[in-house]
Amino acid sequence: MRHRVCLTVNGKAEEFDVEPRLLLCHLLRAYVGLTGTNIGCDTSQCGSCTVLMDGKAVKSCTVLAVQADGSEVTTIEGLAGADGLHSVQQSFWDNHGLQCGFCTPGMIMTAVEILDRNPDASDADVRHGLEGNICRCTGYENIVKSIVAAGARQS
Amino acid sequence: MFPSQFDYHRAASVAEAVELLSSLPDAKLVAGGHSLIPAMKLRAAQPSALVDIGRIPGLSDVSRDGDSLVIGALATHAAVADSAAVRGGCPMLAETAAAIGDIQVRNRGTIGGSLAHADPGADYPAAMLALGAEVTAVGAGGERTIAASDFFVDILTTALADNEVITSVRVPCAAGGAYLKHRHPASSYAVVGVAACVGMDGGNVGSCAIGINGVTGKAVLADAAAAALCGGPADADRIAAAAARVGDAFDEPLGDLYASGEFRAHLAGVYTKRALALAAERAG
Ligand SMILES: Cc1cc2nc3c(=O)[nH]c(=O)nc-3n(C[C@H](O)[C@H](O)[C@H](O)COP(=O)(O)OP(=O)(O)OC[C@H]3O[C@@H](n4cnc5c(N)ncnc54)[C@H](O)[C@@H]3O)c2cc1C
Ligand code: FES
Ligand code: FES
Repeated sequence: MRHRVCLTVNGKAEEFDVEPRLLLCHLLRAYVGLTGTNIGCDTSQCGSCTVLMDGKAVKSCTVLAVQADGSEVTTIEGLAGADGLHSVQQSFWDNHGLQCGFCTPGMIMTAVEILDRNPDASDADVRHGLEGNICRCTGYENIVKSIVAAGARQS
Repeated sequence: MFPSQFDYHRAASVAEAVELLSSLPDAKLVAGGHSLIPAMKLRAAQPSALVDIGRIPGLSDVSRDGDSLVIGALATHAAVADSAAVRGGCPMLAETAAAIGDIQVRNRGTIGGSLAHADPGADYPAAMLALGAEVTAVGAGGERTIAASDFFVDILTTALADNEVITSVRVPCAAGGAYLKHRHPASSYAVVGVAACVGMDGGNVGSCAIGINGVTGKAVLADAAAAALCGGPADADRIAAAAARVGDAFDEPLGDLYASGEFRAHLAGVYTKRALALAAERAG
């Protein structure tokens, strides 16, 4: 049985006809064509698939598309505004916060929530906040630096 | 990986969820999906149908009712950790919720799902035992209340019937509580977690309860250790003597690649000492 799912993705309302087992990450990548949301594991641990669902960071590989029905989803592609990169994106650029870049979309989406909760997040707060995100290039130093700097710029 | 095929039903009410569970063979509830979906992706779980309770109105409220907190089954770990009512009335519960997984997991996972799943490494069960919480569930025969001490039956097994839905948890408020865990570095589940509640009566410990998860298949109360602390001051020697009794609570410690049963039992003693000291300090 297929189900109708209505989603607002990066501000645009769309409807999909999906199997219940379709994961939100696959919907975003294969149906909407937004491949910035990466899939890095089978165990819900790496965080590279993180998107904002109704403003909250979630692992889109662990949400069924049918569960997301009616939600507003923001992916990495939806973060930049007309005036250029989002402050967290700019900060990753300025601080060399990425190496291969695979984990970066998830890192940035999680960072948005970390700074949403506390723009003055310290090094330790950011490290704690990134518990659900893994960087295989292990570039954590600059990732943390990027996020702390983005917070300082925001506040 | 993606899950094998299943039918999907979104329940509009608890009654409808119970009805669907009763009529669909091999159906499972899904709340936050953060235990079930990972298991389905690995095909360790292959239910024929999912009954989604995630949108049922009124099930995610968190409120204070006299000396207790009433927490809706759908309250996310983040909602419990951030709730002013929980932080004020029962800081240890907020501390437990904040210790679960990571930001993303806490944004989706629910207290009802965590208790129903009863993972040996889950954080809430120890706190529920130590606080003397009660689980309210609705099934075909109506509503019933289950004490936490009767709720956890075995590994991944609770007192719930197949068609029962947890609707809320009632948690007595307690100032003197602490939850500490030895976090698995990869999964973030508790290798061992200890929830300690201490109530002072003058300069002496008047009441004490210790819940422990991670060591055995189900979370347990360390009654002998708790009793050993009562009736005297909460000084370092008495706390150490009490913590030395936690082993009485473990029938068969479980081991895995990361930590042997013996090591887990040892960690339980160490974390009990720390949690008791912190709980006694908070109890004032
Ligand atoms: C990467 C990762 C890390 C995690 N780390 C931790 C951790 O450190 N500590 C920890 O405690 N947990 C951890 N978890 C598990 C997480 O807390 C889950 O959210 C929780 O165990 C299940 O809640 P849920 O709402 O997601 O339940 P679901 O996955 O939706 O359901 C789990 C089970 O409970 C049943 N169920 C759900 N709701 C109800 C209800 N109201 N009544 C009756 N049955 C119900 C379902 O049928 C299913 O069998 C982690 C999960 C992930 C993915
Ligand atoms: S792909 Fe979602 S957590 Fe790894
Ligand atoms: S930059 Fe390569 S995985 Fe993080």
